[in-house]
Amino acid sequence: MECKIVSLHSTHEPPLLEVKNLVKQFGNLTANDHINLHIQGSRIHALLGENGAGKSTLVKMVYGALQPTSGEILWQGERVIVDSPARARELGIGMVFQHFSLFEALTVAENISLALPANLREGNLEQRISELSHDYGLTLQPDALVADLSVGQRQRIEIVRCLLQQPRLLIMDEPTAVLTPQEAQSLFTTLQRLTSEGCAVLYISHRLEEVKQICHGATILRHGKIVASVDPQIETAASLAQMMVGAEVHAVSHGTVAASGQPLIIAEQFSQAADTPFGVDLKAVNLQVRAGEILAIAGVAGNGQSELFAALSGEQTNNKPQAINMCGQACGHLGITQRRRIGAAFIPEERMGHSAVANFSLSDNIILSRHSLRDNHDQQSLVGRSGTINYTLARDINMHIGKVYDVRKGQPDPEAGSLSGGNLQKFVMGRELDRRPKVLVVNQPTWGVDAGAAALIRQALIDLARSGSALIVISQDLDEIFELADQIAVISRGYLSPAQPAQSLSAEQIGLLMAGAHETSTQAQTL
Amino acid sequence: MTGLEAFVLTVITASTPFLLAAIGELVVERSGVLNLGVEGMMVMGAVCGFGAAHLTGSPWLGVLAAILAGAAMALLFGFLTQILITNQVATGLSITLLGLGLSGLIGSNLVGLPGEKMQPLNVFGLNEMPILGTLVFGQDPLVYISILLTLGVAYFLYRTRAGLIVRAVGQSHQSAHSLGYKVIAVRLSCIVFGGCCAGLAGAYLSLSYTPQWIENMTAGRGWIALALVVFSTWMPGRLAIGAYLFGTVWILGLYAQAWGIGIPSQFLSSLPYLATIVALILISTNRRLSVVNTPASLGQGFVPDR
Repeated sequence: MECKIVSLHSTHEPPLLEVKNLVKQFGNLTANDHINLHIQGSRIHALLGENGAGKSTLVKMVYGALQPTSGEILWQGERVIVDSPARARELGIGMVFQHFSLFEALTVAENISLALPANLREGNLEQRISELSHDYGLTLQPDALVADLSVGQRQRIEIVRCLLQQPRLLIMDEPTAVLTPQEAQSLFTTLQRLTSEGCAVLYISHRLEEVKQICHGATILRHGKIVASVDPQIETAASLAQMMVGAEVHAVSHGTVAASGQPLIIAEQFSQAADTPFGVDLKAVNLQVRAGEILAIAGVAGNGQSELFAALSGEQTNNKPQAINMCGQACGHLGITQRRRIGAAFIPEERMGHSAVANFSLSDNIILSRHSLRDNHDQQSLVGRSGTINYTLARDINMHIGKVYDVRKGQPDPEAGSLSGGNLQKFVMGRELDRRPKVLVVNQPTWGVDAGAAALIRQALIDLARSGSALIVISQDLDEIFELADQIAVISRGYLSPAQPAQSLSAEQIGLLMAGAHETSTQAQTL
Repeated sequence: MTGLEAFVLTVITASTPFLLAAIGELVVERSGVLNLGVEGMMVMGAVCGFGAAHLTGSPWLGVLAAILAGAAMALLFGFLTQILITNQVATGLSITLLGLGLSGLIGSNLVGLPGEKMQPLNVFGLNEMPILGTLVFGQDPLVYISILLTLGVAYFLYRTRAGLIVRAVGQSHQSAHSLGYKVIAVRLSCIVFGGCCAGLAGAYLSLSYTPQWIENMTAGRGWIALALVVFSTWMPGRLAIGAYLFGTVWILGLYAQAWGIGIPSQFLSSLPYLATIVALILISTNRRLSVVNTPASLGQGFVPDR
């Protein structure tokens, strides 16, 4: 009899988390429209969708950071009101955010302590952090200052602080976006170990291959509604992408490489000391990109990418003019505007605050990067001789970019800050690509951008190269690198590996280079 | 009493109001709020402290009134900047102007009245001891309170969880909010604490330093306290050293003429600000210093995204 009850109980065990008819409205916009979701223990469940599909809104409601407009959340079969993240953690829900909510000036232990409820803070927290991070293969120093850590290490802090609370459900928002393939694999091992201990994982990712590899179930959102719940094992990456976008995603066509073009970007033995204590010194960087060619630079975040970008763009100038040569002109000493005038364009990693000013309209943002250039269509200038701004032209350019690069916006010329991340990225890319620059340096062109927009951006980059421009693409996304690159180089702790043809490299080889395998040989060369 | 002893005594009395006002402002800024209303809160503390002591005959009731007056001004500042999300710089400046004007109005009948001077302590009867007796054991109570407050704030910020939360809120209000901390409540409490300290500093001026009410008697000390917080790079220990340094300079300005030193007193009284500019340059050239100690969200209003 008792046995029977147990078996009955186990077959009728309610799902760990159930979401019923959840609705979230922001003003007129329905971000989540009657969402239903079941998540069982010991399973990794993927949440897929384009940017703005409502994934983040949904998990924020589950994690208590947002309150639903209507609908209910059931935890182990019982209705709960998750009115704060603290309440969610109390229930056993942990979350690793895409943009880490870490405090740079505090230590690892202090950061973790801030996120723990009172009962878990007692005893020797530093020791428990060391032990747990060691157990799961997530090496961490409890007394290290977060400001000194790489992005991968920062993610480990977030994961460890969730694990310390022994969560029943772990929500992960794009966890592998910043990791090397090897680091990603070790994360998967950690996740598999967690699920074997009964924990469920709600996994948001844009990387469909990865979802196929590790997830047991997948829910696909589009425009705030669930369009499908599928088994990712039996779907293909293409069919998943199609469900996300609602249309066929065009495979990026690579075209033919005209390899004999003129070298348009040259850096020879370029060294530069970092200007901040947390920066990376660039050490004897050699690179050459010919017209018509894309050089992709792979590497784990924080290995000198930002410094290299700053050196190439002229944000950080060098007193040796010959250090960098663009379009046949020595320009190591030139600033950004002067480099733009000789035909170069630059797109930094952070779209908000670096590429675009949030509370400026899009047309104002166009003026910011193109004020000193003539418009390539009709040779008009955005800023006249007397210093007055030609707003009509700025608005025309904005409309043109909006149309060509499919920037979705509520009004014709909204503030940059009101655009979603993916749309703003399309705008920023469009602003520079529309100039048809001879040289383009771009850092993380599709970071946090959904599959449809990413394909559009990548195709635009390839088209620009095939039309005779030289491109450097700095990226941490290996799929992207293989899709775009003619040549691949890897940056690790400020050393750049010699570029090699893309076809001759495998992901594993790049992973080894990311971990610094080439540093010794490069060092030998410099000596 | 030797000349040197007298000099040191005046330095202590000149430094104490800086220390009191600045230690409060340090906590406020550590929570990410820039309160430029310190001068106004201080002068309100001075007039209310003096008035209450005059009416009741008790300097301690004066101190209490001063603290309440500072807290009331701080609550107004907090309501405007945290609830209505007004610009902190503009609001702070108006609080200072309001405080200066309002204190003049309240104090118009108090000018020239005899005050209640706070009596110095005589700790264990030791102030009769030669040399250090009066210096160490014979100060008035607020001097000891200022030192205890500094030690308390240092302990609070670096040894308690509440202090960690304050530092976290000042570092990144967005992150603190996403972890479930009540950013606005934390900041309001810090602002009120800062107001109490500023009021206390005002009370020290009108009940101990010069036990009378003179309009605008804070004479820019609130601004020096603000400069001091930056000078200290938001560290309580350095703040105490800086307060005594600035106090010494302040007194030197008064002594310079009497001693016949050829330095214009205007130059000496501008020294604290010059020192602050130097400190700002050092902070900005040493990025590590600024990342670790500077509250990253200083002066930014927080609007929760729900």
